[in-house]
Amino acid sequence: MKILALDSSGLVASAAIIDNGLTIAEYSVNYKKTHSQTLLPMLDEIKKMTELDLSTLDAVAIAAGPGSFTGLRIGSATAKGLALALNIPIIPVPTLDALAYNLYGSDKLICPLMDARRNQVYTGLYEFKDSKLCILEKQCAADIAEISEKINALNRETIFLGDGSTVYAEKLNDLIKVKFTFAPASCNRQRAACVGALGEELFKNGISQTAAEHAPEYLRLSQAERERLG
Amino acid sequence: METNNDVLILAIESSCDETAAAVVRNGREVLSNIIFSQIDLHTIYGGVVPEIASRKHIEKINQVIQEALDKAEVTLDDITAIAVTYGPGLVGALLVGVSVAKAISFATGKPLVGVHHIEGHISANFIENKDLEPPFVCLVVSGGHTHLVVVKDYGEYEILGYTRDDAAGEAFDKVARAIGLGYPGGPKIDKLSKEGNADAISFPRAKVDSSEYDFSFSGLKSAVLNYLNSCEMKNIKVNTADVAASFQKAVIDVLVEHSIAAVKQYGFTKFAIAGGVASNSALRSAFEQECKKRRIEFFHPSPILCTDNAAMIGTAGYYEYIKGTRSGYDLNAIPNLKLGER
Repeated sequence: MKILALDSSGLVASAAIIDNGLTIAEYSVNYKKTHSQTLLPMLDEIKKMTELDLSTLDAVAIAAGPGSFTGLRIGSATAKGLALALNIPIIPVPTLDALAYNLYGSDKLICPLMDARRNQVYTGLYEFKDSKLCILEKQCAADIAEISEKINALNRETIFLGDGSTVYAEKLNDLIKVKFTFAPASCNRQRAACVGALGEELFKNGISQTAAEHAPEYLRLSQAERERLG
Repeated sequence: METNNDVLILAIESSCDETAAAVVRNGREVLSNIIFSQIDLHTIYGGVVPEIASRKHIEKINQVIQEALDKAEVTLDDITAIAVTYGPGLVGALLVGVSVAKAISFATGKPLVGVHHIEGHISANFIENKDLEPPFVCLVVSGGHTHLVVVKDYGEYEILGYTRDDAAGEAFDKVARAIGLGYPGGPKIDKLSKEGNADAISFPRAKVDSSEYDFSFSGLKSAVLNYLNSCEMKNIKVNTADVAASFQKAVIDVLVEHSIAAVKQYGFTKFAIAGGVASNSALRSAFEQECKKRRIEFFHPSPILCTDNAAMIGTAGYYEYIKGTRSGYDLNAIPNLKLGER
């Protein structure tokens, strides 16, 4: 089973090909160029380097949100175009679940944090049990103090990762009362290989969408809607 | 049905609040033209909300593309190239169409052609007027644009004038809001004007110093607002139909004057209008009369091709395609893309 995986939910643009439990290629860039200009050229590079025949793909896995609204749409629109043309399904992978998947097998509490501005983060709480990713707190938009309280209440050693852990490092130092660490450079940001590997699991459990059905999960209304609803 | 020489363009347009796709054969034959209008979603906000527009585009885009292919009775295999609007427009909205188009191009190996939205509007005239060929003068008037352009050749433009502030359609929207007609203003003012006296109120016809072909509509809009305020202060009941008709006439007079002057100066015999405001019935009849008087051939698209649509992008894309224009996988949305630039 061959999966093309994409993540452009945050500052990282990442593309990967996962083939039966192996990462054939992965290309990640964490640099301030717009994903719109980088994502498809990266994919093209992967295709050339690995002599990829696109017609052999079984599905497109996408970091389906939350994240930067525009970033999510660039990824989702790309996935939708690929899936439409190749007539294959889309596997929507929750962004924070995929981010947590970086720390596969850890016995610590895993807390991915994405900066959502306005003193908020997109976050969730995870652990690995019997080599399965278990969700303790489903991905959500939360105040940094809120998620800190939940971590303190669980009273377990925690690993933070994601761009939010850099932005709010100082705040975490103040707020977190349990022992904690930050994940290292090799596994502290979004990676399409994680989206693909977790996507493969989800797909085997029957989770997929048609290309037409798929849309990002923003977890937030637009500003105009928020203001209208007061 | 198709011969090997046919060029079939799959066109995608998502620059504002219409999600659209079309299949166009050999530049001028529209096999399908599917438009999903989001206008109802934006009406409660009194205008297009970019984030809501972008969200709706991504929900609808595949369905619209599939419908366009099905209605044209073709598959992606039959398509020669993919054309997509990459500017000007709302960046988040544009990015949906651009990203999908690039992915389809990548997955099918078909060439990608980025198209300028205004070039699309101008090209809408080629669809129903099979004999129309450049050169001609074209006035593009819509909610976002007011451009007076010489179409020198396919894909070759010289901009004579543009608005220094509000687009003509934007002025319609703002005045419509002020007299309580709501959004979108263009069709509502057009309709109400028919019941009003266009000479009832004297609104200014703005000139832009130093540039005879440029437009300015913000002064006119302010004049209307001032008139409404002064009526309110003096406790005079406003005849909204007269306001609508007089305002509309003030806009049309300037558009007609500039356009006809340009056609005369450049010695062309053909003149076309394009864009959403080109559907305005008073604008059309004013140009019909003026052009007839001066023996200028007058062209205008049907209303469905005046509004944002993908058929016009397919036509513009066709002429760019046969000229050899190709876009790379790094094609980006450019919200303020200038006509004639790449």
